[in-house]
Amino acid sequence: MELFNLNIGCSCGSRVVVSRSFADFTPQATFDIKKCDVHRLEEGPPVKATLTRDQGLQYYRIMQTVRRMELKADQLYKQKIIRGFCHLYDGQEACAAGIEAAINPSDHLITAYRAHGYTYTRGVAIKEILAELTGRKGGVAKGKGGSMHMYAPHFYGGNGIVGAQVPLGAGIALACQYQGNNQVCVTLYGDGAANQGQLFEAFNMAALWKLPCIFICENNKYGMGTSVERASASTDYYKRGDFIPGLRVDGMDVLCVREATQFAADHCRSGKGPIVMELQTYRYHGHSMSDPGVSYRTREEIQEVRSKSDPISLLKDRMLSNNMAAVEEFKEIDIAIRKEVEEAAQYATSDPEPPLEELCNHIFKNDPPLEVRGTHPWATLKSVS
Amino acid sequence: MYCSSWQFWSSLHKGSSGRCPWLLFPFFTLWLFAPPPSQLSRCDWLCVMTRSDRVVNCSCDWLKSLDLSRVTAFSPAEDRFNMAASLRCFLRTGKNAVSALQRREFHRSLPAAVQVTVRDALNQAMDEELERDERVFLLGEEVAQYDGAYKVSRGLWKKYGDKRIIDTPITEMGFTGIAVGAAMAGLRPICEFMTFNFSMQAIDQVINSAAKTYYMSAGLQSVPIVFRGPNGASAGVAAQHSQCFAAWYGHCPGLKVVSPWNAEDAKGLLKSAIRDDNPVVFLENELMYGVPFEMSEESQSKDFTIPIGKAKVERQGTHVTMVTHSRYVSHCLDAAAVLAKEGIECEVINLRTIRPLDVDCIETSVMKTNHLVTVEGGWPQFGVGAEICARVMEGPAFNYLDAPATRVTGVDIPMPYAKILEDNSLPQIKDIIFSVKKTLNV
Repeated sequence: MELFNLNIGCSCGSRVVVSRSFADFTPQATFDIKKCDVHRLEEGPPVKATLTRDQGLQYYRIMQTVRRMELKADQLYKQKIIRGFCHLYDGQEACAAGIEAAINPSDHLITAYRAHGYTYTRGVAIKEILAELTGRKGGVAKGKGGSMHMYAPHFYGGNGIVGAQVPLGAGIALACQYQGNNQVCVTLYGDGAANQGQLFEAFNMAALWKLPCIFICENNKYGMGTSVERASASTDYYKRGDFIPGLRVDGMDVLCVREATQFAADHCRSGKGPIVMELQTYRYHGHSMSDPGVSYRTREEIQEVRSKSDPISLLKDRMLSNNMAAVEEFKEIDIAIRKEVEEAAQYATSDPEPPLEELCNHIFKNDPPLEVRGTHPWATLKSVS
Repeated sequence: MYCSSWQFWSSLHKGSSGRCPWLLFPFFTLWLFAPPPSQLSRCDWLCVMTRSDRVVNCSCDWLKSLDLSRVTAFSPAEDRFNMAASLRCFLRTGKNAVSALQRREFHRSLPAAVQVTVRDALNQAMDEELERDERVFLLGEEVAQYDGAYKVSRGLWKKYGDKRIIDTPITEMGFTGIAVGAAMAGLRPICEFMTFNFSMQAIDQVINSAAKTYYMSAGLQSVPIVFRGPNGASAGVAAQHSQCFAAWYGHCPGLKVVSPWNAEDAKGLLKSAIRDDNPVVFLENELMYGVPFEMSEESQSKDFTIPIGKAKVERQGTHVTMVTHSRYVSHCLDAAAVLAKEGIECEVINLRTIRPLDVDCIETSVMKTNHLVTVEGGWPQFGVGAEICARVMEGPAFNYLDAPATRVTGVDIPMPYAKILEDNSLPQIKDIIFSVKKTLNV
């Protein structure tokens, strides 16, 4: 857990005058959070959440970083420096930040293709994420994976096939149970994937074998261009686990997400088996960069969510109104993050592309070098593990 | 007299370029390759040649090199009978009897070899690997309490329990994904498909989640998993249960695809597959499960593995190369035995691995025999034989071909049910013999 460092203002070179001293701020406050709807549970997570100043600034920092990183990716995509698929996460930051706040680094997480936020919260540096998006050798997957295939210890991507990550997540949970290490696996999917058959196959086995798996549906109301009402006979995604208990959570409130995930993790760790969580959230961008996002929803709707439910503003307002931080502090954090993201983007645009010698590497692990067929019989390509 | 005829025959073998001397072969081969027990007298002289009291006065160099102190002290009659049985066993694989004798394989095979079915060999392999590495576990339909749909995992649940032998519901996509996820998180699963036909339901997990991940992650995430189960045609199970997936899985980079034939292949290759850090598709054959094969003493060891990616020449030959895998190795050897009576010596290559293909072995053989026939049970279009032909064309062996390569394959139709139709949907020995003769233009 990184502690907030007051010197951050000084390190970016601008002189900052913090008029109030550290002792003036409220160190900790308790907030009322929205009650979660429950399914097959006696009671849900608590309706009050405690937030320390340090935690608040940390969550703010994380969410703001993800926001700025995604907006930078948007910019780079429009400049055609990023190509192919690019699914942006802005609007949903509270989900990633809240989940990470409630689990340990030794727990596991797997998600679908809208993965940049989780790649960051699971420990990958911004510059490695952006360099992967721009397809450079400094990318987390050396430029070979792209937007949807980024990996880190205890983070299994980044998966392109809708719904396929859910049985994978149940399998990771099986490994946790097998090894008896008291770890849990957080398995994320969207409202679109929620209708996939393989999810129900995974739910069945997870419940049968009591796997420590937290299935989380990030319901951002639209599966690509199809609203939930047009795709699902039942939009109560937290109930879709049927025999598996479920929670419906306000996904725009980082504290709500944190408390719910904590509750779910405790449920799994106590050996009660899997649990389903539905995070009600929203994405500002379209499905991907090739979707303007306004043909199936109105600009007014987007604007309304931005003004009333933005996760970063929600947290900031809470802290300010409870005297937990100063406006200037947030400004400093914003400036620092902008700088960091800018530097990362610089790196991502200037780093060289992977060398052609790398083309065939990493087909197999721990194997002697292998000859690989090229585009014609005279192309002699080699693969090294 | 004996020595001189041996010398003549062995020199014929060594110097043969595969052309006119084979005309003389019928006399020698008929004499040597006909197996019935009443022909003991023909084997007698072989036995005689290795008995110490007759040998010491012989001037043949190769006889002097034999270490006769290793001859076991059976009674002479028993000795001869066992030798005959071993000889039949050997000759069925078409081994060159002279070189076999020179390598003293007759002696070595006598005491320690056992007959093991392919099913038991697979069972042994899994048992040994489960014992060796705690991370290995088996999951699939009916693998635990039912002892395996085809009894391949018999006894394993009793020995290892629920944690390591897991019965799954009938949800291929789900349990395959679970197996792949477990492999990503550090375990070493064996995922059994009741037949590979059902793997089609889970093929996305095999290809997109297992095969491609190591590459997509640039080496960060490996998937050490084995997908195994019976592949290809069975008997009377009709179209939806008879497809061969060798070509489908063999198409994809990131996967290793293995197709064993006999018990040794089954055991050695399955152990290698389980120890491999990469996704391996292990294609068994239901009709081979109950067939017993001799397993050498070496292959009975707990550390016996066969390298993935290396083919085996099951039978040496000079006139034509037959490349095949799985059950059709038996068919090819039987066809070779029949063809040998007509003087055609076939070299039979058991691929053992479909991907990566051992092209070197095939090319070396084709450069020796100048003719190529591939034999498989799968459909012809875009099949294993098609790939072999293309590779031979692209490599040095093409210039050595005296005729276009021939593919013997399953008929290009969904598998019918009626026995007569089913029998005629798959390569029969007569089809192989016919194809070889057409290729050789005889």
